[in-house]
Amino acid sequence: MHEPENITEMKQILEAALLTAGQPLSLDEMLKLFAGRMERATLRMLLDELKAEWTDKTLDLVQVASGYRFQAKAQYSEFLARLNPERQPKYSRAVMETLAIIAYRQPVTRGDIEQIRGVAVNPNVIRQLQEREWIDVVGQREVPGRPSLYATTKYFLDDLNLRSLAELPPYEEFSQAEMPLSD
Amino acid sequence: MLESTIHVKIKGETLSELPLDLYIPPDALEVYLDTFEGPLDLLLYLIRKHNLDILDIPMADLTVQYMGYVEKMKAIKLELAADYLLMSAMLIEIKSRMLLPKPAEIAEEDDPRAELVRRLMEYEAIKLAAQRLDAMPMVGAEIQVASAYYQHISQIKPPEVSLDDLIEAWKNVLKRATLNQHHKLGRAELSVREHMSQILRRLKEEGLLEFTALFDVVNEGVPKLVVNFLAILELAKEGLIRITQQGAFTPIYIQTNLSE
Repeated sequence: MHEPENITEMKQILEAALLTAGQPLSLDEMLKLFAGRMERATLRMLLDELKAEWTDKTLDLVQVASGYRFQAKAQYSEFLARLNPERQPKYSRAVMETLAIIAYRQPVTRGDIEQIRGVAVNPNVIRQLQEREWIDVVGQREVPGRPSLYATTKYFLDDLNLRSLAELPPYEEFSQAEMPLSD
Repeated sequence: MLESTIHVKIKGETLSELPLDLYIPPDALEVYLDTFEGPLDLLLYLIRKHNLDILDIPMADLTVQYMGYVEKMKAIKLELAADYLLMSAMLIEIKSRMLLPKPAEIAEEDDPRAELVRRLMEYEAIKLAAQRLDAMPMVGAEIQVASAYYQHISQIKPPEVSLDDLIEAWKNVLKRATLNQHHKLGRAELSVREHMSQILRRLKEEGLLEFTALFDVVNEGVPKLVVNFLAILELAKEGLIRITQQGAFTPIYIQTNLSE
């Protein structure tokens, strides 16, 4: 084993690591590959080059909340889906609305969620989202009962291909603008 | 009750039955209730369905129509209707406040409907956001993450084994088996105490024995001879036998102490 001497070798090491990781690799993790001999800025530059090199191939190098990962280009997803005919069951409207409230209004308590949806929160809904590791408890609100404050996790962003909450569709899109006016 | 018709006037148009797209046979009403996520959802449906202006809700019409649905719910699923009943009370309260004469100085924003409108709009935004989230590509459905095989995925790397290692291991097994065998014999078949008894028994019969006569070197293995020797020492230590020798390199004799 010899340490990489040029840009090409460094990119090959990065590529091998990213392809075999199976989950996003953070910049810190990728720096370990070079045993402290790599600057963050250089690493970013190499990742940009790697991304460009894969443009015409079958995978995209994308950045999500936890780091970088390779994923199949969107045009193949329908073919790949045929390998796993059992599609993931859809979440109920209650689950999705609760998730939307936590995503856009976090950190929120169960009471906040009930206030917005106008109905009691089924504990099952919260549990489903926690089991998916999309939400977790980030603290307690200092009011009687100290209710848990829920927030979305990095995995939620990863699974939706997002780098940060800022990349969610803007909330303003849903308020006012889409409200049809009466005639 | 379920057969009763509802008489609702929306913008002059009279509705005498459930909207067609909502109609479900009475015994399936519970299923139909589940299609609404709560009173806000039902109110929004009614407003959108009849194209009412959310910023200028005709409270009387909306309340009457809403109550029609809730009455049906109450009959079927009381616990579900609780949230809906609360909303009924709120609608009626708003309507009552609107009927009261307004003091002249009350400003426009003090419309009793303001809070309801705010909540409806907030809920609708969340509802749309939820639909949008649901439609986004997700890992496990539309997004496939690359994961080329590499051993580190299994984390625990199995140790490598060469032929030499295997041979070495087999030799060790053999060696230990031999040791165990002797040891086992010593414990299972030979006991110093047992030999002590045998020696005493022979001495009792024969009086005096030469040391070498106590060892059957032809038929007994080394372990047995060793145990025999230990038995003689033990007997001597306990003062049960006497060991004598006339001079150097002359025969050693053994006799019981009692025989004197």
